[in-house]
Amino acid sequence: MRRTGAIFAALVAAAPVAARAADIPFDQRRSDSEFVSADTRAMQNDDTANPGMLAVLDGETLWNTKAGDSNKSCADCHGDAKVGMKGVATRYPAFAAEFGRPIDLEEQINLSRSTDQKAAPFAFESKDLLALTAYVAYQSRGMPIALQETAKLKPFIEDGRAIFERRQGQLNLSCAQCHDDNWGKTLAGNLIPQAMPTGYPIYRLEWQEVGSLQRRLRNCLSGMRAAPYNFGALSLVELELYLMWRARGLPIEAPAVRP
Amino acid sequence: MARSRRSRREILQIAGALVGSGMALRLSIRPARATPEMMQDAVRAAIGEAAVKKGRVKLDLPPIVENGNSVPCTVSVESPMTATDYVKAIHVFNEKNPQPNVISVKLGPRAGRAAFSTRIRLADSQTITAIAEMADGTCWSDDIDVIVTLAACIEESIH
Amino acid sequence: MPRALIHVPATAKKGETVEIKTLIAHVMETGYRIGVTGAPIPRDIIEDFVCTYNGEEVFRAKLYPAIAANPYITFFTTATASGTLAFSWTDQHGATQVQTAEIKVE
Ligand code: HEC
Ligand code: HEC
Repeated sequence: MRRTGAIFAALVAAAPVAARAADIPFDQRRSDSEFVSADTRAMQNDDTANPGMLAVLDGETLWNTKAGDSNKSCADCHGDAKVGMKGVATRYPAFAAEFGRPIDLEEQINLSRSTDQKAAPFAFESKDLLALTAYVAYQSRGMPIALQETAKLKPFIEDGRAIFERRQGQLNLSCAQCHDDNWGKTLAGNLIPQAMPTGYPIYRLEWQEVGSLQRRLRNCLSGMRAAPYNFGALSLVELELYLMWRARGLPIEAPAVRP
Repeated sequence: MARSRRSRREILQIAGALVGSGMALRLSIRPARATPEMMQDAVRAAIGEAAVKKGRVKLDLPPIVENGNSVPCTVSVESPMTATDYVKAIHVFNEKNPQPNVISVKLGPRAGRAAFSTRIRLADSQTITAIAEMADGTCWSDDIDVIVTLAACIEESIH
Repeated sequence: MPRALIHVPATAKKGETVEIKTLIAHVMETGYRIGVTGAPIPRDIIEDFVCTYNGEEVFRAKLYPAIAANPYITFFTTATASGTLAFSWTDQHGATQVQTAEIKVE
């Protein structure tokens, strides 16, 4: 599909002179749910209408299914997810000592799956990984994002911010130009949201399925005609980390529905 | 870190460029136009030769569609839904998706209320028509024109 | 088996009109899309949806490719007696999934 290119290409002629973005004042930060249509919001807020809930239910089944050489289910080690996984999604991406870098929730689930459950890790964006992630994230619904700027995470948050504020791609745009400086304004009939990733994994109407924050960020990058980082690339996780830290305090809404 | 707000002129440039690209993401409702032949054929296949009158049916689509992949659609029909006076069937048609039929539902007096909702795909701006068949054989309809355009920030290829 | 989500009120008064909501996981592939390889993606849709109430059909829908992925259908029925509502979705290959819900009528 060429439509992404068409929209963003229109920006080339208008690319403004470089200027540093200003952070959104803390008390003005809002969930991106407030920037979608009332119909899309209603679809998200009614569990019987939200297709993301189908992934949550699949995740629940997987949570209770024995797998791998350990022949254990997630539940065998972690117990009831409603208790054991409550609040977990509010602190991801988290620093993983094994790798010396932050990993996101998908990567953490895969880490536990390969090292603890001793089963083959799931592929990025696979149905099973998204389902488990949706199920785990769902246990934090309504809880505020609790990411802390620890000494270990700080350099990665800074890197994420730098990527967010850097102009990139053939269109020479930065994420911040739209999401820090122009949120709430209408762009071709579309409200520009703040890019607060409160609802991931999301059910996106455009995808007609559930997808991860990494997938969403890759969409934005290709829209800007910048090379999208590979799934799992450190830069992508840093971007996720910065966005989650930037959204700290806002409640988790997974699985959200987005256009 | 020295930070400054982007100038108003720059904002207008960004917005103006996007609007100028003609990719407005709005759906608006206008009075209906004549419908193409394929849709007429599908209507005849569903209800036969019965005359279709305007009224009693209400077709609801949102004023702004964010994505044509999933558009909430509700049809409700004025009917007492008694054992003798009820809605037998409701059909929804579109004129421009590759196929004219969207959905056909069958119901009866036990429904209590002659209404249903679903989510439909709208590939393009077009006329959507809903026709209700009553127990007495009469047919009633409603139609609206919808305008669908495109979203920003999406994938280059289909997954 | 595709996953389905059904909402039926647990209890209702006799004669009351109740709303039923159904959602099922399905791609509803139209058959009109071209895949990344350049070949068309084959059509794969649910064609029929039926709801019975204590064995009697109360609602039926024929679905076409214009129905969005993960079909969502809501409709009404009159609570007549306690019992079972059965929902079935049949795809174009003839595979059917059935799910049931109980309702208590006072
Ligand atoms: C053999 C036991 C075992 C199995 C099976 C297992 N885990 Fe774990 N998991 C652990 C241990 C040990 C840790 C690290 C200590 C901790 O944080 O609880 C962990 C950590 C986690 C964490 C991070 C928790 C946090 O607080 O940051 C998540 C999320 C997780 N596991 C998800 C899963 C999922 C999903 C599955 C099933 C696919 C699974 N685990 C299977 C033992 C297990
Ligand atoms: C030209 C303006 C523009 C630029 C540049 C841009 N975005 Fe966006 N972004 C949007 C718009 C408009 C939306 C919402 C509409 C949509 O989904 O397409 C959005 C949506 C998002 C969302 C989804 C929020 C949610 O709740 O799901 C995230 C996250 C995001 N952008 C992050 C980024 C990042 C990171 C970058 C830089 C790599 C970026 N955006 C660059 C305009 C932009």
